[in-house]
Amino acid sequence: MIAIAARGPVIPNFGGRTSSFSCERANRLFCSDWVSRNWGTVLWPALRQHIILTLIAVSVGFMISTALALVAYRRNWLERPVLIVTSILYTIPSLALFELLEPVPGLGLSRATAEVALVSYTLLIMFRNTLTGLREVPADVRDAAAGMGMGPTQSLLRVELPLALPAIIAGVRIATVTVISLATVASLIDNEGLGAPILNAISNDVFKTELIVAGAMAVGLALGADGLLVILQRALTPWTRASAA
Amino acid sequence: MHDFVEAITFIGRNGQIPGEPHLPTLVHLTLETLRIAGIGIAIALVIAVPVGISLGHVHRGSFVAINLGNIWRALPSLAVLAIGVAFLGLGLGNVELALVVLAVPPIITNAYVAIDTVDRDVVDAARGMGMTGWEIVREVELPLGVPLIFAGIRTAALFVVSTTTIAALTGYSGSLGDIINNETSYHLAGVLGAAICIALLALIVEFALAALQRALTPRGLKLAEGEDLGLAIAPVVTEGA
Repeated sequence: MIAIAARGPVIPNFGGRTSSFSCERANRLFCSDWVSRNWGTVLWPALRQHIILTLIAVSVGFMISTALALVAYRRNWLERPVLIVTSILYTIPSLALFELLEPVPGLGLSRATAEVALVSYTLLIMFRNTLTGLREVPADVRDAAAGMGMGPTQSLLRVELPLALPAIIAGVRIATVTVISLATVASLIDNEGLGAPILNAISNDVFKTELIVAGAMAVGLALGADGLLVILQRALTPWTRASAA
Repeated sequence: MHDFVEAITFIGRNGQIPGEPHLPTLVHLTLETLRIAGIGIAIALVIAVPVGISLGHVHRGSFVAINLGNIWRALPSLAVLAIGVAFLGLGLGNVELALVVLAVPPIITNAYVAIDTVDRDVVDAARGMGMTGWEIVREVELPLGVPLIFAGIRTAALFVVSTTTIAALTGYSGSLGDIINNETSYHLAGVLGAAICIALLALIVEFALAALQRALTPRGLKLAEGEDLGLAIAPVVTEGA
């Protein structure tokens, strides 16, 4: 069922080859004609879906893993079980996890299934980074905050979390790039994102232009997101640059 | 729940479906998946471990070694496979090339960091005892670097097993991914059965490498580091240049 849903040539909008274009008939490596004709109908929507899938997965994953990390920061015993569960989730190959979620009631072949799987891959990364960042706040600094009369919550919000920010953002960065990568495989389940044109091109007699353009867009999106997060990290934590230099 | 029971039955029948002609057995497909992944890992190890260790030993090329790890994370496996298919066509060679491209960077980055961060005083002491450069690498830096070097190898192995199954989507048959890519013949039960096998395979590979790592880690280092959960470690480099 999945195979048909994701890859059937019946879906008209994924940029089939038209015989009137010789470049496409010959299946050359790059037909700019095809790209300009299909940008608005195939490539741009796929890119937009990919970005939305990623934003949702990273936001939800961030909320869950930050909450878990904050609790584990106060209650040490929680760290180990969370690490074991999230490590197992992280280890399961994406192709398998997407399929395993499919029969779960309420999920099926939908964007929700894709999101659940994508979120589960972000948990280990962001949980570990946030917890490590918080633990690495020097004891002296915590003592100073307490000495200034800050309670535990105030100290957490105004001292410990800001100092852990570089590690937290590093986690968000790795999680974002990981999700962008895995969301290409999610197309098998929800027929969205940049994986959809890739799978369509494979079933369309290995149409090279579509493979290359969609593949390059996925790589470009991941590199672009990585760059943006580096800039965000520098903007939010200017003090790390001063000490690094 | 019923679907999962049928999936277990499918595994019990070794991937055969009553009434269907003979299909490749699950055991065969699992071994093939391991073989394809194994070749990729082996080539990547031969290339990446010496490069990472040499760079770390001379403390040069940190920019390249670290950024390689960052760029690597931005390479979606399906996209790499797709671009490979477009340029090279389908075949074992193309799949192995994609696997090597995806496995080399984390191994180099981690091996570099592992050797580069070995305590300089320890290396100086070894030199003072009259050890040559090669002896320092073999007797001091490599044993101390085992945990990080293995973190890279485990990350790479996980990626390679995962990508081997994804290769089925680009039309290369021979791995467990074939079943997932062919729901028409295998039905949902077969697809789920194959997914369970893939998940178990990845976990077993991960545990086996963790055990190998423990066996190779010097005893003193184990005492100092405490216990390891024995599961996937994401790439160590959290902040790139």
